Amino acid sequence: MTDQGPKSTTQKKQFSRRDTLKTVAAGGLAAAALPLAGRFNQAHSAEPIRIGFQAHRTGIGAAYGRWYERTTMAAAQLINDGGGINGRPVEIVTEDDGTDPKRGAEVVEKFAIQHKTDIVFGTLFSHVVIGSAPRAGELKIPYFVVSEGHHVASGKLNRYVLQPGITDVKSQVSSMAPWVSGNLGKKVTMIFPDFAFGHDHRDYFSAAMAAQGGEVIEKIAIPPTETNFFKYFPRIPKETEVLYHVMVGPGVLTFVKEMGQFFGGDRPEIFGFIDSLEAVDLASPGLEALEGTYFWEAFPRYAQNDGSNPHDAFYREKVGVDANGASLNDPKDISTYSHMFGCWETLHIIKQGMEAAGYQGPDDRAKLIEAVESFTEFPESQAHPQGMKTFNGKTHQAFGIQNISKVNEGKLGVVHRTSIEDSLYEPEVDYTQMPL
Amino acid sequence: MDYGTFFLIASMEGAVQAAVLALTALGLSLVFGVMRVVNVAHGEFYMLGAVIAYWVSSQISGSPLLGFMAALILSPLLVGVLAAVADRLILKRLNYDPEATIVATIGLLYILQQAALTLHGPVPTAVAAPFDFYVRFPGFGYSGYKLFVIVACIALMLGTWFLLAKTRIGLVMRATQYDRETAQAFGIPVDRVYAGVFALGAALAAIAAVLIVPTQQAYYLMGGDPLLLSFIVVIIGGLGSLRGTVVAAILIGMSDGIISTLFEPTLAKMIATALVALVLVFRPTGLFGTVAR
Amino acid sequence: MNRILGLHVGVIALLLALHFVLPDYHHVSLARILVLTVYALGYNLLFGYTGLLSLGHALFFAAGLYGAGMSMQAYGWTAGPGFLFGFSCAVLMALGIGLLALRTAGVSFMIVTLMFSQVGYLTTLYFNEHTRGDEGFVIPLELRQVFSIDLSVEDTRYLAALALFAVAVLIKLAIVRSPTGRILVAIRENEERTRMLGYDPFRYKLTALVLSGAFAGASGAAYGILFGYVGASFASIQYSILPLLYVLMGGVGTVLGPLVGTVAMFYLIDIASGLTSAYLFFVGAALVILILVAPKGILGSIRDRWARWLP
Repeated sequence: MTDQGPKSTTQKKQFSRRDTLKTVAAGGLAAAALPLAGRFNQAHSAEPIRIGFQAHRTGIGAAYGRWYERTTMAAAQLINDGGGINGRPVEIVTEDDGTDPKRGAEVVEKFAIQHKTDIVFGTLFSHVVIGSAPRAGELKIPYFVVSEGHHVASGKLNRYVLQPGITDVKSQVSSMAPWVSGNLGKKVTMIFPDFAFGHDHRDYFSAAMAAQGGEVIEKIAIPPTETNFFKYFPRIPKETEVLYHVMVGPGVLTFVKEMGQFFGGDRPEIFGFIDSLEAVDLASPGLEALEGTYFWEAFPRYAQNDGSNPHDAFYREKVGVDANGASLNDPKDISTYSHMFGCWETLHIIKQGMEAAGYQGPDDRAKLIEAVESFTEFPESQAHPQGMKTFNGKTHQAFGIQNISKVNEGKLGVVHRTSIEDSLYEPEVDYTQMPL
Repeated sequence: MDYGTFFLIASMEGAVQAAVLALTALGLSLVFGVMRVVNVAHGEFYMLGAVIAYWVSSQISGSPLLGFMAALILSPLLVGVLAAVADRLILKRLNYDPEATIVATIGLLYILQQAALTLHGPVPTAVAAPFDFYVRFPGFGYSGYKLFVIVACIALMLGTWFLLAKTRIGLVMRATQYDRETAQAFGIPVDRVYAGVFALGAALAAIAAVLIVPTQQAYYLMGGDPLLLSFIVVIIGGLGSLRGTVVAAILIGMSDGIISTLFEPTLAKMIATALVALVLVFRPTGLFGTVAR
Repeated sequence: MNRILGLHVGVIALLLALHFVLPDYHHVSLARILVLTVYALGYNLLFGYTGLLSLGHALFFAAGLYGAGMSMQAYGWTAGPGFLFGFSCAVLMALGIGLLALRTAGVSFMIVTLMFSQVGYLTTLYFNEHTRGDEGFVIPLELRQVFSIDLSVEDTRYLAALALFAVAVLIKLAIVRSPTGRILVAIRENEERTRMLGYDPFRYKLTALVLSGAFAGASGAAYGILFGYVGASFASIQYSILPLLYVLMGGVGTVLGPLVGTVAMFYLIDIASGLTSAYLFFVGAALVILILVAPKGILGSIRDRWARWLP
């Protein structure tokens, strides 16, 4: 298929469809609009940039969704306080996608056609991203996701989908292997949910571990409908040195609690992804057993006060998070600290991209994509508080620093920081070759 | 770890699941048996039971035991009252028409789920167990509270059985179940019986949730699985058969645990689900059922 | 008879006319609604006309969706063969499930279909290497065309959806007005008497289930092809309940009720979610109020009061 094919048919047919109606209306409208033409130009410059925010307000993603919303609002406020984008204020238009791919696609249509937003932004759950992506590509509206899925960089999606503000699961997982094999042990048992996200962990970590001379000796896939986990723990082989766990969804607390009960005092080293405990209070009853275990964190939930994150305090204050990663209004309301910064950083990249492209309106959407594709690096700053990132314009994916933290007296403390190089892998796609 | 230990753990986990499931399904079975209503919102009553347990126990600081006891009384009471109100306002006006009540309870499901999301929030919250000790087995530790849950469920089921089989309330319920018109003619207040049965069914779900929530967490979407499993248990056991419900709950609770130690867990779930469906296909009235009227 | 045929052709003509005048957003939404209406049309054939309440229709919808999507992805087929393959998968699935599940009736039938459908859902997750499980996959854009007509463009998508809907609604009208259709209704009203009149209820119920599954499969295959995404959420229990809601809202046992119900549910959710984040509350309340006020659904109530001739 050629570049011009679908686009020109759209425009031609779109015209013919409304043809009849438009010719009737056009005469009258044109006449009415003439005296206003001068004023419109002026008004245009102050018209807000409209950003469609696809939010998980209901459904299984709701616990993440509200923190994504808070972070997004805080970032938009900051950008507006600093003069907006190209001198125009930012307006966030929010629609709930119910954490459902069908509704997600409908919401993208609603943003593009009804709300006439400039872009769509902010989706977390992978199935919603993948379900919405074809519609974003067809409607030619830039779709900035904050999902940490490998779907963007895998090349499965299209040129209109970008993930510049958060790293993907493949790079996160691969970068853990050197430290785990060097410090915790070589024989690993993995426990993961039996669906795509869990399988990504299984495959990428097994490969990375093998490259380090380690070995995954047992892989325990937990069915997604499971609510009891205890019966799976006997499958963990005795010679296991490291237990690697990554669970998501409402059962995670049960999982972690039951893991603690099972082992008692005699346990292997335990390494998990913080996804298991995002939005969950580490002081919850039953989580005492996590003491001395390790977690991957993208952005440390507990303020480290070691000067390693100079912009962390500013970011916390703006979003409304205290030094323990909880809401300033309610210390029991725990944030999704390792994910939500992606909204903040992505919004700043959108600003940078629109300013670089001289973005005026929806006609410049292609220019915006090209401008973001040309970025290679986002230095650590107030706009990028999690740390420096590199960006691959061909794969539309960012790469960054990862943290490994240890639970000490009920709080997470960073014990290791990876380098960006640890998390790089061979590009799998070149989106810039695809038509815009 | 050897197969004996596997089997022991799978059996104990299966027993906990079976006990809670039996109690939940009993409520659904009662409502279906007496009122002929398929209550799609049954799982939401279970969810509300857990969420209310969280709220009650978080209001009573200090002793988790005290909070738990308060939740054990208040939660089924509140859920029961809510169910009775729903019966009066909605189900009664529909004259308990089977199809109409399915739609109405689907509507109720959405309303209750949204209420929990708005008032309780989307985050799964943990509830402290009333007491905390582990039973050490060779190679693993096991929660003493879970063993207590089994005992409590058995006691509650015996209580329900006594209520239904040995008291006047039970007699009135059975009379209404057998023939609504005749019962009315004999002066039984059928309306109140129906409201009471609906409340009791919901309260049983709530109490099961209060018992299990310290081992899980209160979450606004937690009603789905208990609903599906209760349905399956009620049908497999045979409609209206109390004994069948209990046997089916044990069968399903245990088989899930044990099959999953033999196969890959997801495959095990697929096989177990298909097997149970085939049991129904070749024995459509369930294990203990008579021909449905 | 002429009045009835006229009404249905008129509705199709109206939908064609809407193609030219509808504002863009409603135009793209209606394309999706028409595809889902086909699902509800098939569901109504089994539920509304034959009296069998299935809670497992997502299995047939997903068979069409995955049959189309996976064959296209694996063999590089375009939309035509992909659609036919997905459709065939759904028909075979309905035949197999029907032979087993129709041994049961009433609530047992509900549960058996639900459980088979749950097995189907777990299957899409278990074979993750091929299906990408819950995450799902995108059908490549260049395959989503038939006779070199690009189906990913708004206009052709709408017209394709309308064509599918038109064929489906006319076939359904023909079925319900045929002798077979009358026997289905007779089975719904009194299965024993139908048997005594010399008809084999099992054979007719199986026919209804396979036809119903075929509609669901056509809808699923078309959904994947027109919107480009295949994922496990479409095989989950929610998508079995969806057509039930559409039908109950629009009118059980009416030919056009599913269209009315699907439109009403879409806009109810769309508008309510724009007004409040607690939109599920409104959906729930609407269902409760509807069943109290108009228990036969929108079109069913209209038929009772004003238009008894409606099929």
